[in-house]
Amino acid sequence: MEDTTGLTELDPRYKTMMRFVAAIFAVVLLAGASIAEFMIPGWTGVVWGPVLLVVLYLVVWLPMRRYATRGYSLAEERLRVVRGVLFRSDTVVPFGRVQHIDVDQGPLERAFHLATLTVHTAGSHNSSVSLPGLAHEDAMAMREQIRAAIRRDTQ
Amino acid sequence: MTGDLREPKRTDPRTFLVEAVSYIIRFIPAAAALFVVMRDELDRLSFALPIFGLLFVGNLVAQYLQWTRLTYATGDADIRVEKGLLSRAARSVPYERIQDVSIEQKLLPRLFGLVAVKFETGAGGKEDLSLAYLSEAEGERLREVVKERRDEDAPQALSEVPQTDPEQSSAPLFQMGPKRVLTFGLFEFSMAVVAVIGGLAQQFEFLLPFDIWDLDLWQERLAGPGQQLAGLGPLAQAIGVMIGVASLAVLGFATGIVRTALREWDFRLDRTPKGFRRRRGLLTRTDLVMPVHRVQALRLETGFLRRLFGWHGLKVISLASDSGAANHEAAPFAQMDEIAPIVAETGFALPGSDITWHRAMDRYRLDKMILASLVLLPVTIAAIFITPSWQWLIPAIALAWIIAHHWWRWRHDRHALDKTQLYSRHGWFAPSLAIGSRTKLQSVEILQGPIARRRGYASLLLGLAGGKLRVHGMPLEEANKWRSAILESIGKTDFSDLLEARVEPA
Repeated sequence: MEDTTGLTELDPRYKTMMRFVAAIFAVVLLAGASIAEFMIPGWTGVVWGPVLLVVLYLVVWLPMRRYATRGYSLAEERLRVVRGVLFRSDTVVPFGRVQHIDVDQGPLERAFHLATLTVHTAGSHNSSVSLPGLAHEDAMAMREQIRAAIRRDTQ
Repeated sequence: MTGDLREPKRTDPRTFLVEAVSYIIRFIPAAAALFVVMRDELDRLSFALPIFGLLFVGNLVAQYLQWTRLTYATGDADIRVEKGLLSRAARSVPYERIQDVSIEQKLLPRLFGLVAVKFETGAGGKEDLSLAYLSEAEGERLREVVKERRDEDAPQALSEVPQTDPEQSSAPLFQMGPKRVLTFGLFEFSMAVVAVIGGLAQQFEFLLPFDIWDLDLWQERLAGPGQQLAGLGPLAQAIGVMIGVASLAVLGFATGIVRTALREWDFRLDRTPKGFRRRRGLLTRTDLVMPVHRVQALRLETGFLRRLFGWHGLKVISLASDSGAANHEAAPFAQMDEIAPIVAETGFALPGSDITWHRAMDRYRLDKMILASLVLLPVTIAAIFITPSWQWLIPAIALAWIIAHHWWRWRHDRHALDKTQLYSRHGWFAPSLAIGSRTKLQSVEILQGPIARRRGYASLLLGLAGGKLRVHGMPLEEANKWRSAILESIGKTDFSDLLEARVEPA
């Protein structure tokens, strides 16, 4: 239903990273569930079962959906960022409206060689538009491309 | 531009000294306080001391490492700053986008001869670039670099384009005489004051020489010592109520008039070469210049009653960096034929008669009503059974109000797009029309919630500098069409050109 033609997928490592983050959470959750399982007498799996389903949803399904629904495009001198599993947001920022550009890496992103590209605009709404899950080299290249386009076409 | 100047530099080494000293200054009171509190148990404190020492040294080391990891570089086209020990953040600010370079010197850095340099761009989120600390010479050099690069890039004679001849600027574009201000004041009837005074009168009636709610007393006062009128009974009572209401009304009107007069007295809007110049105020007279090319959008507002008399107010939404408030009243109280020339001067246009207005999709409003009913109907029904008497009326009235609201909005909200502008009108009791320029938008977003996706409508959220502009409940194809049309318009000019008014506002 959505117009996803011409969108580039994010780096696959981003999916792995989301899974990794979810897995940390899942380990904590499972540890809690195990304690509850041993404390509460009764059938084995009363707690484990539902928690396992939640963990599967968080670790397997959600990162997959999130990854599948995200995408970007740089066509026609515009940065287009599509995201959202439940609430679909499709944002376009023309290069000519970019104020400044950030390429950020958190510790985890550094481990996965990923980066987040953020463009800042003058608008009150969408004053910064972030695109996570890019390969670091790609993010740097995109930054160069956007920066080079700023006021190139006006002479 | 000679070669690649992009060799990363660190900030001045003394930065670490400044940071360390200010850290120690902050640390001393905490240490002293701890010492005073724990002085009776110093032997026990000795356990903690190494930990504190470690924390202290650790912090200093972290600060030093952070300093080593912060570099900046002035390239051919942008300034870059990279920083971060564990996370890395790199920011690139093109020279074209730098609007202002400010150099700041606080006390401590000043003792070391250091400055903080701040580069301001037009970014809406107030997130700019600042470098702390550099030597004074380096700060000055950076300022020069930015100035040079900007001058190189930007053709000469930018902002000082004489757009009107002086003769025209001598006659005000719009002004309000005492009579107009008075009329304006009447419409600014202060309901709040009436409510407050009415409430206070009840609370503090003991302070009054008489009881204003005591009708008998009013009768007496009206009747006077003669008491001849006392026999009139109901008539006198009615008069009493009327006087009570009238005095409150007079108070409400008086407050509105005084407040309006203080603010709007001798209102005068001029078209000067630099932009609109607005002067107003009785006791505090304000004088404000709004550069025309910085106008991002217009807002035409009116009220429930004043609409019937044709009174409107015109607001100008301009770049937020202008002086705090981004919303300026260009003509707070005027007839449409007075507003039209002002609108023409801003480079915008009022909606023509030939444009086609669209309303939100029926199902968008319907879904909102259904959603509200899904929540409030069960609450109402539950309340009927649970609560003792009339409490169920609260959710019922809320529901009725929401449904009526959405019905009104569906009836009266309109949006339209023409070759250069887009319009969004909403409200009926106090209708407001936003006029945005297609070129002067910053970004376009299409947003769909889970219901919207199933039902085929979308919200169009536009990035407007200094304000909000959005259209809800559009059919998805229409939203897509609007977006590509608007992007087409945006793509034709660069932000910096808009800012320097090299392109006539379309």
